[in-house]
Formats: sequence, structure tokens, C-alpha cells
Amino acid sequence: MTLPIETPLRELLAIPLGIIFGVLLHRGGVTDYNVIVNQFRLKDFTVAKIMFAAIVVGGAGVLMLHKLGYAQYHIKPANLLGVSLGATLFGIGMVLYGYCPGTGLAAVATGSLHALSGVVGMLAGGALYALTFPWVEAKIQSVGQLGKVTVPELTNIPGGAWFLLLSLVLAVVLYQDRNKTSVEQKP
Amino acid sequence: MKNELLAGNGPVISSRKRTATKAVEGQHITPASPLYRNPYVIGAGLGVLSWIVFAVVNQPLGTSTSLSAASGACAALFVGWDEVFKNAYWTKHPATWDYGSLFLIGTMLGAFLSAFASGSFRIEKVPKVWSQGFGHSTTVRFVAAFVGGIIVMYGARMAGGCTSGHGISGALQLALSSWIFLAVMFIAGIASALLLFRKLNQRKGSGL
Repeated sequence: MTLPIETPLRELLAIPLGIIFGVLLHRGGVTDYNVIVNQFRLKDFTVAKIMFAAIVVGGAGVLMLHKLGYAQYHIKPANLLGVSLGATLFGIGMVLYGYCPGTGLAAVATGSLHALSGVVGMLAGGALYALTFPWVEAKIQSVGQLGKVTVPELTNIPGGAWFLLLSLVLAVVLYQDRNKTSVEQKP
Repeated sequence: MKNELLAGNGPVISSRKRTATKAVEGQHITPASPLYRNPYVIGAGLGVLSWIVFAVVNQPLGTSTSLSAASGACAALFVGWDEVFKNAYWTKHPATWDYGSLFLIGTMLGAFLSAFASGSFRIEKVPKVWSQGFGHSTTVRFVAAFVGGIIVMYGARMAGGCTSGHGISGALQLALSSWIFLAVMFIAGIASALLLFRKLNQRKGSGL
């Protein structure tokens, strides 16, 4: 695997790219505990809106870059038990902590001290995973291995068609949201 | 019923008082422009950032791999690097100043700069919704955040990614694993939020 940009320029670019990521997280409001927890309480859909727009815009662009030969895909393997069990823990933990790893770190930088307590917890969680890694690999990650499979491969529907569909959904959501907020925001 | 509603509003008023000195009127974020507040614009920005990251550094967006690798460096403080490198996971994901970990430094820098520039940097010990459900104890909130952090990271490593690695980068590549992660994560999160904040939900009625 040859990388488009080799070290040390890659490492140098990490900081400005990370800064853009951090600014977007803060401006989007997801460094705020209340915004994230209220998503899971179904009272504030900011998190879902940000993620969905990122997936559609990012995915359509990366698909095009991939077709033109400018980007490689990095598909994570679908180990059914590991992904499902891990995602369940992640969802529970995210509600208790109020952040995911990225937003938690960003929240610390905006002055959230309880987010810092959670970062210490995340480091402990990482260590706990490292200590149990051989067991998890043998007993959990080995169950239901489908490999690095994508939805287009599985459904025989090309990626372009999926993004057309997702874009339509996004367009409808945007239109509905626009109508709703314009009615609500009249003073 | 009305009294209960008023009682439920208590913490809101106190949080307004705290932030009033900064003239942000109880709002946690004061964006420089209304454009920034639009979650779709922010999402599109993250999408464009993904194009750059995929094309230029050939790497998906991700947080939890590097953060969990950093736990190796923390462990090394206590038991030394020799012991740490006896571990299969820390050998596979060593804690180094590579692209991933520097990206995390950048993330924190960016969030700080954005908060500082918009005047919304503030020390927060117990967030509003938490205090409405569980009171104002800093200890209780810090312990919950710590335990939550352990569970979040353990889950992220078992699933092979977090909200950025699976939720954004993985899902935009239409990876099956990432869409399973998204669906299960939201279901588990919604179920635990309804359970954890059930008293608050009852107190405030429908609350929507």
C-alpha cells in the first residue's frame, strides 16, 4: 500500500486537519454534553443531522475520488459479534459519559472537566481492552466473520445508486426541517 | 403539575445565572455566524474534510485507535515499556507521535480555538441535563463520566471504531460493519437514555 503522501509531511498535516475537525465539532455543538445526550433522549437531532450530512457529502465525494483513482477505501471487517457487542457497549457508555472519543477530547479543550474524567476513563478502557485482547480475539472476534464487505457488494446495488438514494433522503429531510424551523422561529 | 414544571426548571435558571456574566444568555454555544449553527453545514464540512483526508493522507477519519494506543504510554509510566510491549494489542498499536495521535492534538487545539474565539470557553463540572436527572454532585458526575469512558472505549475497540471511524468514515464507504455499528449504537444509546433519564422524562411529561 503506497500512500499518496509519505512521512513526515503526513504528520505535519495531521495538526491542521485535526484543527478543522475540532472547530467543526465545536461549531456543530457536539462538544456540548446536553446536545449529545438529548440526541439519545430523542429531544435534539443535531448529532444525527451532522452525521447524516457528513456521510452523504463525504461518501459521494470519496466514491468519486475512488473511481478516479485518487482515494483508496479502508473497510473495517464485519465481525458480527464483535461489532454488535462493541456497538452496544459504545451506545451505553456514550449516554453515561455523554461523549464519544472525538467529542470527549474536543470538549476537554472547551473547558469541560467531567469530559476530562471520561478521557481518563477511556485510557483505562483502552488498557482494559489491551489486557483482554487475546481473549476477545479468540472468543468474540472469531464469531460471524464476514470480512471487509460493503453494502454494495452485499446487495449488488452499486455505490452510486446508494448515494443517489441517500441524497434524496437528505433532500427530503432538509426540506422538512426547513419548513419546520421557519414556522417555529417566527417570534 | 405546574409546580413540578417550575421545579424542573430550577437548574436551567441557575445555569443561566452562571453564564449571564459572559452575556451568552444560557446558551452553551455562541456561534460567530448562524451558518455555523446549521448541523447540515457542519456535516457537509466533515464530509469535505473526509475527501481531503482520504485523498491526501490516505487515511479515514478516526479517533479511538490512537486514543486507545495512548493507553499503552500511560501503562508504561507504571510498569515500563518492556512490560507494555509484552502485550499483543500494544505491540500491534504502539503509542507513537504518528498521524493519528497528532490529529487528536489538532482536534483539541481546534476545539479550544473555536471555543475561545466565540467566547464560549467555560469550565463545566456538571452539565445541565445531568444535573436535572442526578443532581449537582461533582463526584457523582465525574465517576459516571469515568465509568462511561471505560465502557465507550472498550466498546469502540471491540467494534473496531467509534463515531468517527465507523459512524462517519466507515459509513460513508458503505461498509457493512459500520452500518451495523451505527444501527446498534443508536438503538443501545436510545434505550439506555430512556432508562437512565426515566425520572427526568416522567417529571417533565412529554417535554418535547
